[in-house]
Amino acid sequence: MAVEVILPRVDMDMATGKISKWHHRDGDRVAKGAALFEIETDKAAMEIDSPADGILRNITVNEGGTAPVGSAVAWIYAEGEAVTTPAPAKAAAIAPVASNAAPAAAAPVASPSIANGETPRATPLARRLARQAGLPLAAIPGSGPRGRIVAADVRGAGEAKPAPAAAPAPSPDNVQKLYALGSFEVVPVDGMRRTIAARLTESKQTVPHFYLSVTCTLDTLLATRERLNASAPKGADGTPLWKLSINDFIIKAMAAALQKVPAANVTWAGDAILQHRGSDVGVAVAVEGGLFTPVIRAAEAKTLTAISAEMKELAARARARKLVPSEYQGGTTAISNLGMYGIEQFTAIINPPQATILAVGAAVERFVPVKGQPVLATQMTATLSCDHRAVDGAVGAELLQAFRSFMEEPLLMLA
Amino acid sequence: MRELTYAQAIQEALAQAMDADPAVFLMGEDIGVYGGAFQVTGDLVHRYGEDRVMDAPISELGQAGVAVGAALAGCKPVLEFQFSDFATLAMEQIVNQAAKLRFMLGGKVNVPLVMRFPAGSGTGAAAQHSQSLDAWLAHVPGLKVVQPSTPADVKGMLLAAIDDPDPVMVFEHKLLYKMKGDVPEEPYRIPIGKAHVARAGRDVTVVATSIMVHKSLEAAETLAAEGIDVEVIDLRTLRPIDTATIIESVKKTSRLACVYEGVKTLGIGAEIAARIAESEAFDYLDAPILRLGGAESPIPYNPELEKAAVPQVPGIVEGLRNLVKGRL
Repeated sequence: MAVEVILPRVDMDMATGKISKWHHRDGDRVAKGAALFEIETDKAAMEIDSPADGILRNITVNEGGTAPVGSAVAWIYAEGEAVTTPAPAKAAAIAPVASNAAPAAAAPVASPSIANGETPRATPLARRLARQAGLPLAAIPGSGPRGRIVAADVRGAGEAKPAPAAAPAPSPDNVQKLYALGSFEVVPVDGMRRTIAARLTESKQTVPHFYLSVTCTLDTLLATRERLNASAPKGADGTPLWKLSINDFIIKAMAAALQKVPAANVTWAGDAILQHRGSDVGVAVAVEGGLFTPVIRAAEAKTLTAISAEMKELAARARARKLVPSEYQGGTTAISNLGMYGIEQFTAIINPPQATILAVGAAVERFVPVKGQPVLATQMTATLSCDHRAVDGAVGAELLQAFRSFMEEPLLMLA
Repeated sequence: MRELTYAQAIQEALAQAMDADPAVFLMGEDIGVYGGAFQVTGDLVHRYGEDRVMDAPISELGQAGVAVGAALAGCKPVLEFQFSDFATLAMEQIVNQAAKLRFMLGGKVNVPLVMRFPAGSGTGAAAQHSQSLDAWLAHVPGLKVVQPSTPADVKGMLLAAIDDPDPVMVFEHKLLYKMKGDVPEEPYRIPIGKAHVARAGRDVTVVATSIMVHKSLEAAETLAAEGIDVEVIDLRTLRPIDTATIIESVKKTSRLACVYEGVKTLGIGAEIAARIAESEAFDYLDAPILRLGGAESPIPYNPELEKAAVPQVPGIVEGLRNLVKGRL
């Protein structure tokens, strides 16, 4: 009896999934547990393993195609077993793209959300636009002959949904017309870019931001870091077991500050404010084509070396786009550090539902007055963006003040 | 600029080619003293003599054979067919000899001949004198096939055809011979294989050939009053086809119609539709591709039926309107 390959739910509010890659083709022998295909979520690519040993048959959703969660996207047959999956003649793929995957003729249908199991009629342009906008064709009413979905229907569906009170988004065509033909290249927008655009637009337009800046003197922290790194025991291969960065201290200091000022460790939930117990600190990691904000959970309870090791591991997987959504969702605050680019001060956009984000600048040497005399000090400016619905000015200021105290005297984090 | 008719522009091109190169000579039925069935050669026989403007006996196969032989021997013959329909009589020389000799002899010879074909319907000349067989010849590798639509184009393309080292088939719509247009006096060339955007527009791309370019432009004017912005591409050359220009246009308009007088089935429109379906422009199509071509019938003698057998302006207007309004 053939085993169904089901499109799983890999993200909280996902109704459909896009298959970005098949690791095997129709007719391939696959082993249970081996990576079978990849689902592209808003931000990450998730590998889905084969549910059984056998021969992969009847792939119904090609690469780039989308299917409802819970639908069968292929079958795995035992060796020599006749291919008998009961099947109407049409594929369930919502947006198939021409590819080298199996022909749809013998493919079974398993799509509860498409009324009669038919592939929606749509023009090539409509399919492409829907693919780019992440809209399932099955959800778009077609205005053309015999219900065919045309480009205008997709554009209409895309505009109807989001952006409260926002001006209509400029259509790609209108933007392109402002520039000479041939003077630019059109780079398609992927899931990550779309998510960044939607989330940050929503944040900047609906979250009342205000900003607080503080300058921290880092000389004690730098000396502490030096001593800690110099004391790192050597591993079997002779390399030190840790090498703490300033950023590791910043994560720890922010976590400790949130514990000290619990009124700032909150998120706005519409009719309630969530007061969080742990300090779950998101840290922005730039990756090719966008960014991730993996979260260090309960950072207040972790040692600097544990934070450092976890951060290295999360950043590496973020760059490979291998984070699972649970690793970058949630979080009670976030840190964005552009110091390595020499940026001294900037402001960041809050990543909802978090209520704060700390924008960290570069450590720079300055002469500061001490008892009327110039003294050389290493300083860093951090700017806190606050969601005023949940965090008032005084609370934000207390948080930043606590953060500075931990940065200027890291020993306090042990107290 | 000075205006010439399409026929005068051809004559000027022929004269300038003969002035420039003694290897160029003309041949055809009644092209000498009579001046040609459509008065294209006119008085050229008096200016260049019977050796270079040669009346030929009524044997298209014989004339084509002479032209191929002369071309192999270093001449540049320009052969006029009285009607393009008679190309059928000369197919052995055109398809099996002219098109293939360069390839079969390893590139050691060229066949630099030009054949001119008065083509198309609208003159009441009935089924055997009104066809558009351009796609037949465009099916043959080794030939080049052009269909100039204006006086300026026919002069420039004919001169380019005479320069060309390979056999070039020039299809001239008979109803265009009296069309007037600006034509520069000096010799110039319009490259073979390059389409021309005759009218820029946003909403639909029309690829038209020969007289259908003008009918499509007229339809475009009507539709402009309705707010439909039509882009008209004059294909100009059937082989080699300028696919890039069409792809660019379809990516802009998302809709494609092909308008041509030859029989619709297996015609140039099928080739263009297929090329777009195969190309990157496929993903830009927002409607089915529309072909408007000749009826599946010999051209009738009855004048009303004759008109009905090939695309006319009202039909083009209706077809494009339905295409843009999403009714197809």
